Amino acid sequence: MADAFVYDAVRTPRGKGKKDGSLHEVPAVRLGAKVLEALRDRNGLDTAEVDDIIFGCVDPVGEAGSVIPRSAAFEAGYDNKAPGMQISRFCASGLDAINFGAAKIAQGADEIVIAGGVESMSRVGMGMSGGAWFMDPSVGMPAWFMPQGVSADLIATKYGFSRDDVDGYAVESQKRAAKAWEKGYFKKSVVPVKDQNGLTILDHDEHMRPTTDMQSLGQLNPSFVMPGEMGGFDAIAVQRYPELEEINHVHHAGNSSGIVDGAAAVLLGSKKAGKTLGLKPRARIRAFSNIGSEPAMMLTGPVDVTEKLLKRAKMKISDIDLFELNEAFASVVLRYMQAFEIPHDKINVNGGAIAMGHPLGATGAMILGTVLDELERRDLNTALVTLCIGAGMGTATIIERV
Amino acid sequence: MTYTNFTVETDADGVALVTWNMPDRSMNVFTEEVMNELDKIIDQVVADAGIKGAVITSGKETFSGGADLTMLQKMLKIFAKEKAKDPEKAAKLLFDNAGRMGGLWRKLETSGKPWVSAINGTCMGGAFELSLACHGRVAADSDKVKMALPEVKVGIFPGAGGTQRVPRLTDTQQALQMLTSGQTLSPQKAKSMGLIHEIAEPKKLIETAKAMIKNGLKPVQPWDEKGFKLPGGPVYSAAGANLWPPAIAILRRETYGNYPAATAILKSVYEGLLVPFDTGLRIEQRYFTEIMQTKEAAAMIRSLFVSLQELNKGARRPDGIADTKFKKIGIIGAGFMGAGIAYVTAKAGIPVVLVDRDQESADKGKAHSDSLISEQVKKGRAKAEDREKLLSLITPSADYADLAGCDLVVEAVFEDSEVKKVTTEKAEAVIKSSAVFASNTSTIPITSLAKNSARPKNFIGIHFFSPVDKMMLVEIIMGKKTGDKALAVAMDFVRAIKKTPIVVNDTRGFYVNRCVLRYMSEAFKMLIEGVPAAMIENAAKAAGMPVGPLALTDETAVDLAQKIMKQTIRDLGEKAVDPRQMALINTMVDTHGRLGRKNIKGFYDYPAKPAKKKLWPGLKDLYPQLAPEKVDVEELKQRLLSVIALEAVRVMEEGIVTDPREADVGSILAFGFAPYTGGALSYIDGIGAKKFVKIAKELQKKYGAEFKAPKLLIDMAEKGETFYQRFDPYAKAEEKKAA
Repeated sequence: MADAFVYDAVRTPRGKGKKDGSLHEVPAVRLGAKVLEALRDRNGLDTAEVDDIIFGCVDPVGEAGSVIPRSAAFEAGYDNKAPGMQISRFCASGLDAINFGAAKIAQGADEIVIAGGVESMSRVGMGMSGGAWFMDPSVGMPAWFMPQGVSADLIATKYGFSRDDVDGYAVESQKRAAKAWEKGYFKKSVVPVKDQNGLTILDHDEHMRPTTDMQSLGQLNPSFVMPGEMGGFDAIAVQRYPELEEINHVHHAGNSSGIVDGAAAVLLGSKKAGKTLGLKPRARIRAFSNIGSEPAMMLTGPVDVTEKLLKRAKMKISDIDLFELNEAFASVVLRYMQAFEIPHDKINVNGGAIAMGHPLGATGAMILGTVLDELERRDLNTALVTLCIGAGMGTATIIERV
Repeated sequence: MTYTNFTVETDADGVALVTWNMPDRSMNVFTEEVMNELDKIIDQVVADAGIKGAVITSGKETFSGGADLTMLQKMLKIFAKEKAKDPEKAAKLLFDNAGRMGGLWRKLETSGKPWVSAINGTCMGGAFELSLACHGRVAADSDKVKMALPEVKVGIFPGAGGTQRVPRLTDTQQALQMLTSGQTLSPQKAKSMGLIHEIAEPKKLIETAKAMIKNGLKPVQPWDEKGFKLPGGPVYSAAGANLWPPAIAILRRETYGNYPAATAILKSVYEGLLVPFDTGLRIEQRYFTEIMQTKEAAAMIRSLFVSLQELNKGARRPDGIADTKFKKIGIIGAGFMGAGIAYVTAKAGIPVVLVDRDQESADKGKAHSDSLISEQVKKGRAKAEDREKLLSLITPSADYADLAGCDLVVEAVFEDSEVKKVTTEKAEAVIKSSAVFASNTSTIPITSLAKNSARPKNFIGIHFFSPVDKMMLVEIIMGKKTGDKALAVAMDFVRAIKKTPIVVNDTRGFYVNRCVLRYMSEAFKMLIEGVPAAMIENAAKAAGMPVGPLALTDETAVDLAQKIMKQTIRDLGEKAVDPRQMALINTMVDTHGRLGRKNIKGFYDYPAKPAKKKLWPGLKDLYPQLAPEKVDVEELKQRLLSVIALEAVRVMEEGIVTDPREADVGSILAFGFAPYTGGALSYIDGIGAKKFVKIAKELQKKYGAEFKAPKLLIDMAEKGETFYQRFDPYAKAEEKKAA
């Protein structure tokens, strides 16, 4: 098998995923086009050489429908020879796009692949593609469907994380993100979104609240009490985990990932491609894996997939220098740290989605770029990137610098 | 044309009045013949150019009770036979049969002529589905008019268009609520939901129905019109996304996934609303066919419908004894139980003398009735005059002489043999020698109490459950010398107060409490093993029990459990009670003062409302706790149900209960034994005696002698028998028929 390398990684800033968010005026496809343009322009890419463009997109409907990477390639002025494909594995779509691209390269089918993702949550909305998973009783019953927030609260209840624990984690995420921005750690990857006149629309992650402290979070009411009680979902959680008497609702907007708009793309290629393009590889995709996990708790897939991946890669937790786990909810990260006894200073070192937001289909590609920048900055070697996924799945990828 | 079950009269305006009035039946039900005749009537209405449209109504006080479920039972028997020969052919046959009624209603609604249903009384199941297929629906404005699709309550499914028409007439949430709960609708509620068009004065019902046709009622249903829109909006819409996920969750919350019919209703509605109406009907027919084959349907139809009705009608009443007309009933002891018995008796319109030591105590007992009926009035379930009447029927007294002239006296005095002896003697001194004396004891054998009686033939146990006004089961306890007449009188009383009697021969704990004590005791064992308390309670509920065993112990009081255990040791010796369980209960009561709900601390803490009860955290410290991952929840469920079922087997083996219908229905009504199983014995029948004996052996090895399979069961396993074969409740009737 050939090795697949990362040659470059870019992302847009993340705009607040609301009507008053800065990126709300930008169509989803244009966000995708912006990162394609950036990769091409930064690397002097001959786009006729691009074998595939794979984008994750969780709600590929409306303006995000009809194979959005192909549309983005048109808008970005890519050569017609560069095809596109849209995939979804919910929140890990962006990372799965990278793994998919790497697999094509490793197999020898492709030399150059752009992989990433795009989501305009303010314009398309969340859950707009529907689905039998939560609508069809023939699926929802055996899937123990519940909203992710209730699952996150279930994790907190089952593994003993208090409201203070999750709020404390959130405060730290904000602090780390603020510091990283202040020190320019994201500079290498973030491409400001500009209009046709060259005027900047957004050049920073606008969801952040650096002044967040325990007190301000303490004033927020837990978000999932209503669905838990009125919607019957607490009962589902207790039926699935009968050792619990009730669900302790601890999550709220301040310790859950932010709803944002954004896109990211990673330039992948074989060794040969690097020579063709005259580029130096920054990292090698060492291994990746997927898994299905218990769907009621839903968001503990990263633990399961990490175990599977390390085993397959014949590695240990201690071989990993930095971990990047998407901050879907604070309890997801706390459980991961608890399961593998990972110290906080090795995971999500520059904050995460609680501070900066989680543009569903794009996040996997974003955080891979973020941790690669950080490996280089700290001159470390190996990182593991993973995300929890709706319906109980996990995706993880190990990269190492070359 | 003439029909056996219907009359058809066409008036001068060309409106046919189809009146359903089955001979030899008190209530109209769907039989093969009824459906055949309706089929012909539809043809007649279509063919006769002189008929503009038709009104269908009933000639009886009720409209119809729906399908005759015994017919369904027969259909399933035929299916089972056919299945053994050719499964595919059998499935097709069942599918076609399942679609018969639905097809007929579809024929009616697409016949091209307008039909109006004039609902004059109770209209259930298939009859309400017939009404929904009519283009116009009018109900009489009367308390007697109740409409429902109650199939789910007996494990089946509204399979004649109910799951398709209701959510096309009303919003999805209300439709699902109605269909999955079997909710009964008043005319007002049905109208507000859009299920009926008009409510008419009872006298003007037919006139109103006919007027709809005369005023040009369109013979086309909304869903057959172009551009029809679902009242709840499309399934895949913002409203749908808010509705369906919680609907699925709430169904599981309410059923634990134990009731396939309820789940199938949800599926049928969901899938049906995504397709045109006729396709929806076909989807419904497929689910109906599936559900009819489930063991839950068979078990629930048998126990909750057929057996329950038979017992209520007095299936176990001895023949040849005239019905008792109660002129006056005496109740001695105006405590919580006695007062409750007085209430249900007066509610049935029977005069009651309520006797206690002093007038004040007797008055207090009557006040209980006042508070119960006043609450009903407040909730609109009874009228002020009902309250007046009920209270006028209860005479509180401190004088035994007032018992003179009673046909039946029930004592509910303190559970003490001496007190009971005095009570019996004092009462018998006053009542006529033919009167029946009954004890409501729950702990003292009737035969020993009967020794206090001068006429043990007339001495019987009538064992109520608490709270009397809510609990539907009554155990009638036969002492050794109790005669048939006493049994007949006791049964007539229980039937008069509209409860279900089961006949139990005398033994410690009778039937129900023997089972309940096993249930609680198994939970104590689990606690001692270190199973987290929440797991015990949740496993019980997941198994289908309405109340967890620890919560139940709290309700009946932990110190009562202690008393019973101590009494058992006194009577039967130290070995009769597991010392670890005794220690647990002693710790709860003596060390921690946790007596149960009554002192707001038992296995649970009971904070002030609206806070919910919570398991006492101290339980964790009583025994080293097992990690939840190490506990097999399925096994917990199996233990809790099996330990009860095995006790029921012993009760049958000992001849304490003799009819499996009584054991099954009794277990469901008294302590809510997983209704989807059909009851404690049907639970075993559903698994099969052979397999169950194997399970019991495994459990015995791991958890003790309470799981030892009785000889009876082992014998049944060898012979491949079910309880309903071994103790065939209909054998006697068959014999009689044959003779």
